[in-house]
Amino acid sequence: MDIICITFLHSEGHGIDFYVLGLQISGLGTLIAGINFLVTIINMRTPGMTYMRMPLFTWSTFVVSALILFAFPPLTVGLVLMMFDRMFGSNFFDVAAGGNTIIWEHLFWIFGHPEVYILILPAFGIFSEIFATFSRKRLFGYSSMVFATVLIGFLGFMVWAHHMFTTGLGPIANAIFAVATMAIAVPTGIKIFNWIFTMWGGSVKFTVPMLYAVAFIPSFTMGGVTGIMNASAPADYQFHDSYFVVAHFHYVIVGGVVLGLLAGITFYWPKMFGTMLSEKLGKVTFWTFLIGFHLTFFIQHFLGLMGMPRRVFTFLDNQGLNTGNMISTVGAFLMAFAVIVMVINIIMTSAKNEKVGNDPWGDGRTLEWAIPSPPPFYNFKQLPLVRGLDPYWVEKMEGKKEMTPAEPLGDIHMPNSSILPLTISFGLFVAAFGALYNMDDKTWTLPIIIVGLLITFVSMLIRSVKDDHGFHIHKEDLMDDKDKGGKA
Amino acid sequence: MQADERFTDATWPASPEKATLEGKNKYLGFWLFLGGETVLFASLFATYLALKDKVPNGDAALAKDLFELPLTFVATMLLLTSSLTSVYAMYHMKNNHFKQMQAWLVITVALGFAFLGLEIYEFNHYVHEFHHTFTSSAFGSAFYTLVGFHGAHVAFGLVWIISLMVRNARRGLNLYNAPKFYVASLYWHFIDVVWVFIFTVVYLMGMVG
Repeated sequence: MDIICITFLHSEGHGIDFYVLGLQISGLGTLIAGINFLVTIINMRTPGMTYMRMPLFTWSTFVVSALILFAFPPLTVGLVLMMFDRMFGSNFFDVAAGGNTIIWEHLFWIFGHPEVYILILPAFGIFSEIFATFSRKRLFGYSSMVFATVLIGFLGFMVWAHHMFTTGLGPIANAIFAVATMAIAVPTGIKIFNWIFTMWGGSVKFTVPMLYAVAFIPSFTMGGVTGIMNASAPADYQFHDSYFVVAHFHYVIVGGVVLGLLAGITFYWPKMFGTMLSEKLGKVTFWTFLIGFHLTFFIQHFLGLMGMPRRVFTFLDNQGLNTGNMISTVGAFLMAFAVIVMVINIIMTSAKNEKVGNDPWGDGRTLEWAIPSPPPFYNFKQLPLVRGLDPYWVEKMEGKKEMTPAEPLGDIHMPNSSILPLTISFGLFVAAFGALYNMDDKTWTLPIIIVGLLITFVSMLIRSVKDDHGFHIHKEDLMDDKDKGGKA
Repeated sequence: MQADERFTDATWPASPEKATLEGKNKYLGFWLFLGGETVLFASLFATYLALKDKVPNGDAALAKDLFELPLTFVATMLLLTSSLTSVYAMYHMKNNHFKQMQAWLVITVALGFAFLGLEIYEFNHYVHEFHHTFTSSAFGSAFYTLVGFHGAHVAFGLVWIISLMVRNARRGLNLYNAPKFYVASLYWHFIDVVWVFIFTVVYLMGMVG
């Protein structure tokens, strides 16, 4: 009985194992990175940088890191259960042996819903910086913006079962999760209005990052509106597993996250690489991407309502779905064209490599624009003194050209470079490679798993027992650098 | 403050684990990591509760047939005591008494090994007396995964504390290794707290309900 169930129900091949092991390893990396961001933001802020003076991008990174910390462990457990079922013959999801597949749905979505906020909140942060910079006006409602970000992060953990309305949890569970989901529209609405009011009365400059930011507002709001439609549990019985849902989450992910990434890349490009991207080509990318995006995904709402199911790679002919899908395809090609133009833009401007100064947009408000582009590896020679929200803007308004240092020029303590993180993850790669083929009862897989885990644990042990005090950049060396001499 | 500076009892700071920025970062980072670990164990507890006594047929052993109070009570006492001895070790660490700290850590580790030995005996007993195995039922899978994850954490903690003791045996305490000892003891307390929940949810609730 057991054998028959297992043979018929499990996915053949190594695809699922690859996905389980890959997610497990990258999830570990994400978790550690999240802890790193949290500790850095809590312990290592510069003098005067209080929590309520932090840039919104830093705030959203802070909240997202907390989400990572609490959302990834349930995914780890879910993946472990599946891995044990497939590799070691446990029965978590084998109903004949007492297992229960709903456990997977819960664990996955307890991770999966916070994950969508892990995606969108950094984009919200980037857009907040861009709106303030190019409206040349401080962000409207800064404290309500912070509050909304924290609230979205908190509520993000309370709504996972809205992905499971049709699972059959019952009307009470569905009602609670429907109401909790709709509640998230409130802090999100606060944000949308704050961005609009930031532009209101500002001296708006339509650079490429600002174009993305302005286009983001209606695109993301459309995704939010269909989100409310999906959140009403009775209506969701119609939308569930149809292309309507596909259209919804692409409006929030592409209209929110991807526009945010494109805006952020353009905005921070000169800071990262010391040269601007072409505004002209950037505008070509922006318009073709925006039109392509709406062309691709708007029609999918209607395809879904006409009954086209998701998670199926094709559809039958003569069902009235052909034209809509054709339009969608044309839109996708437009988006691909936009990205190719962006790559050309990157290659052309990198080849020219016209160097820019500290503040290439001319309207930088936050600390990163006070240091050279690209920044030196130690960032600030002397920690800057922060005297208000948008500290660089505060100094500019008083006619100063740079930040006031908060400390005398001294040695800077830096961490040493180390190969060990690489060997730790290489060991995990080797172990996962062995585990991937373990299902086939091959004899060579077990030694490979053991060798891989040994590489990882021995590297961890070396990292633990080897003293690593870092090194100091000496004051004299900092003084030698010509640009921006230190002030003692 | 140099991390490898030598200290006398008079100059040793009150909270050596947080006296340097690196120590402070390690301390906070590890607390946050334990927050993530809490969610990890919470997920395993939820899975266990959902699959408790879920077996394929009437012959399979259930929680009330398996668990016996004396064995798990002794295991609980061993682990709780080891948490207490690790507190004594940290007390001596804060007073710059390296030898006493090492002595209490030796007792902590010994108690940890005794606990682990009992757990291995217990698992062996269930497998051979009750045919309650990792693959025999969903209940078995959930039980061995939850309790086994905890056992693996205990084993990892033992290796960790022993390697810290061996590494620093000759050089004593400084502000570089004090946070390392402190963080290891935090981990040990966390393992203990998880066990309190396992004792309650798995064993006590297993015997009465």
